Amino acid sequence: MRFSESIFATRFGIGRGDLENYLGEALSQGGDYADLYFEYLLTSSIGIDESMVKSAAQGVSMGVGVRVIAGERTGYAYSDDLAPEKIRKAARVAAHIAAGPGRTGSFDLNEGVAHNLYPVLTAPTETAFSERVELVKRADRAARAYDPRVFQVQAMYADNLRYTMVATSDGVLALDRQPLARMSVWALARQNGEAPQRGHSGGGGRVELGYFLNQKTPEHFAGEAAREAVAMLDAVDAPAGETTVVLGPGWPGILLHEAVGHGLEADFNRKGVSAFSGRIGQKVASELCTVVDDGTLSGRRGSLNVDDEGQPTRRNVLIENGVLRGYLQDRLSSTLMHAESTGSGRRESYAHIPMPRMTNTFMLAGESDPEEIVRSVPKGLYCANFGGGQVDITSGNFVFSASESYLIEDGKLTRPVRNATLIGNGPEALKYVSMVGNDLRLDEGIGTCGKEGQSVPVGVGIPTIKIDRMTVGGTA
Amino acid sequence: MSGNHLSLLARDLVERALKAGASDAECTIAEGEEFTANVRMREVESLKEAGSRGAGLRIMKGRKTGSSYTSDLSREGIEKLVASAVELAEITTEDPHAGLPDPEEMGSIDGDLKLYSADLETLEPERKIASARCAEEAALAFDPRISNSEGASFSNHVGRHIFANSRGFAGEYRSSYCSLSVSPVAREGESMERDYWYTIDRGFAGLEPPEEVGRTAARRALRRLNAVKVPTQKVPVVFEPRTARTLLDNLFEAVHGMSVYRHESFLAGKLGEKVASEHVTVIDDGTIPGLFGTSPFDDEGVPSRRTVVIDRGVLKSYLLNSYAARKLGLKTTGNAARGLAGNAGIGHGNLYLEKGVQTAEQIVAGISNGFYVTELIGFGVNVVTGDYSRGAAGLWIRDGELAFAVSEVTIAGNLKDMLPNLEAVGADLEFRGSVASPTLKIGEMTVGGK
Repeated sequence: MRFSESIFATRFGIGRGDLENYLGEALSQGGDYADLYFEYLLTSSIGIDESMVKSAAQGVSMGVGVRVIAGERTGYAYSDDLAPEKIRKAARVAAHIAAGPGRTGSFDLNEGVAHNLYPVLTAPTETAFSERVELVKRADRAARAYDPRVFQVQAMYADNLRYTMVATSDGVLALDRQPLARMSVWALARQNGEAPQRGHSGGGGRVELGYFLNQKTPEHFAGEAAREAVAMLDAVDAPAGETTVVLGPGWPGILLHEAVGHGLEADFNRKGVSAFSGRIGQKVASELCTVVDDGTLSGRRGSLNVDDEGQPTRRNVLIENGVLRGYLQDRLSSTLMHAESTGSGRRESYAHIPMPRMTNTFMLAGESDPEEIVRSVPKGLYCANFGGGQVDITSGNFVFSASESYLIEDGKLTRPVRNATLIGNGPEALKYVSMVGNDLRLDEGIGTCGKEGQSVPVGVGIPTIKIDRMTVGGTA
Repeated sequence: MSGNHLSLLARDLVERALKAGASDAECTIAEGEEFTANVRMREVESLKEAGSRGAGLRIMKGRKTGSSYTSDLSREGIEKLVASAVELAEITTEDPHAGLPDPEEMGSIDGDLKLYSADLETLEPERKIASARCAEEAALAFDPRISNSEGASFSNHVGRHIFANSRGFAGEYRSSYCSLSVSPVAREGESMERDYWYTIDRGFAGLEPPEEVGRTAARRALRRLNAVKVPTQKVPVVFEPRTARTLLDNLFEAVHGMSVYRHESFLAGKLGEKVASEHVTVIDDGTIPGLFGTSPFDDEGVPSRRTVVIDRGVLKSYLLNSYAARKLGLKTTGNAARGLAGNAGIGHGNLYLEKGVQTAEQIVAGISNGFYVTELIGFGVNVVTGDYSRGAAGLWIRDGELAFAVSEVTIAGNLKDMLPNLEAVGADLEFRGSVASPTLKIGEMTVGGK
């Protein structure tokens, strides 16, 4: 998208000269760097519960964030009003962080060449509501039809369309139009008057509405949610203690997100508070493990043409054959660490300061046959699906919750197991990876990552892997 | 923009919605200013300051509903807001239980609830930065093993909340809070641990001294050093107040009216039954002056109140908005909560477990082998089944004393068993947020480790 055609130029009448003026105002007290982040966000959501479409909402929010960096110091202010005097006021507030002679002169803003990872002509947000409401109705019908034991279904469809513009005192001018859509289905099943069990599924990405009509349909997500709920009806208590764990492909890649991804974000390492601090070049995983963070995958939920500091996203190798290779960098940390930005500067909205974040984090495929991996385990746990996870960056301890898992007995999946938490230590856990499958799969597009109060959409992925030793929390 | 102007705007939006074809309408407007100063290793790391506001509208067209929100309060933005909500009502389903509360249920608590403190408006940024500096310095100076820090943070927020509906309710209130937190990192050999402590109040004058916050945070980080993983075993588990509070978060989800009518809670259908030990009395009270869960009215214009949720182990009430109440054939408990967008959900006021008489030391003293939990991570609580399995860190109890640090373990059980098995309640109840619990002891849980 070109600046002159953007909503910021056409609807709000912002010119290049205005951007340079605001940057000048931001650096009027000195400072090394300033940037402006403009955002115009349209959202909509539709929810069904008890076969009734009970909620439908849409909204618009907009604003601009102004940041000034002076050494290690950051000044930040924002305005939800794009009137020139309001933007200038925000720039003056952010400028207070610096104390020195102001910088004058022009900033020579240039639009670089960006990726085109989501060439969506009509964003889902721009389609008729009458089309979108059908998605949740279809999901409701399909989940109920899956099995008579399914007695409650909820489905939510939500999309948004975010227009962004970043202008920096380094001369970067980057614009993007970021569509995002997601469908979620929850099903409850019960039998013989026993306690119900819940199943959940969902997915989406930076896609057109046709994705939900032709590729991943409401029936697909509804069937998965219902299947999981029904499968869990016969679940037994989870074992407690150390055991062999096999992770299925796809969403279980959240292990990588928690175990290594967060600990490799540069801000924690610059400050020396991560369990991975100072370990570049060291072995932190078995040599079967190569882990990348790739923001350039077409149409994925975690992908971005440019990050929220105007840098093109990249494919960054975090761990290569078990050896720690690099951190995820944003502007501030890369400058202070004398490294280059990895296109990992992200923020939740104009009201938030950017920081290093993941995009799509996954392990590359290995050579093992997934069935062979399961057959090799005399006794252990197979995790097919997970809820959320969390990590303590400093100690490196992380957890994630299995929402669908099975006992492995004599190389075969036997009984389903109730929700259990798995726990491990980041720099240690992947050293016990002894087999990596040839079946790399990315998740279906459901992940949201939280850090210091900011949420951003992310993706994960993993092939089937075997971890020889991991602690399982048990359920009783 | 003045509060008066915004209340007029809220009523105007309701009127516009009715003119556009809505049979009922409710409007929420929120306005706020925030400030945050972060200090790390004795230097200012970041300063953030801004104000924002937005409006949300929900309309009924008969028994159909539509919602919209905007941060664009220009004339064009407001016209679009009304048109959006009315348009969306067309695609929703007639829901016989949808609607606003009855007029006789609506109202507001009189008197000063002490939600707003003027001292924050005039407080100089330098003093805020100084208190963050002081808290971090106290932590760094406390012990040579505190050699690093994730910093100290001072934040404050001053806001105004306005609500009006087409049944004649119009109300507004101002609120404020400020908080000071510090996160020191302790290191000894290969062991590195972080912890945090904080103080929060409606006004600056009510904050605890920064030195005390810093020293408490330092002590907490230090006692986690050199943690070990213990063998898997079943033992009594003591939750200190900071982790005990999360059990009330879990309980809240289980008595949440929406979860109850959908049978998504292990407490659905259990009103009047004994679900916890006699030591357990849980209150939700949105009327206590100055606390963080207090408000004069809920997000549907129903007065906040005190609700006994569990009385000496017996489940007495769910927490409800008007929708969940109609679904369950009950009366709203004034717990409607929402942001700007969408239908009202359910929130809590000040949700707490009534204190007992023992000190935490006395509770620990009665345990020969057990686990004192100071940190929980992960999301392994399933309120449909009650299954509970979370990552934990803390201190091992040996012969009635806190003996050594433990980490990288899990604790597991089922809330259906944990609540009846709640054997002791401490006297140390204090509010650092809208959910609070004293120290709690659960007779037996599975600790998963080596």
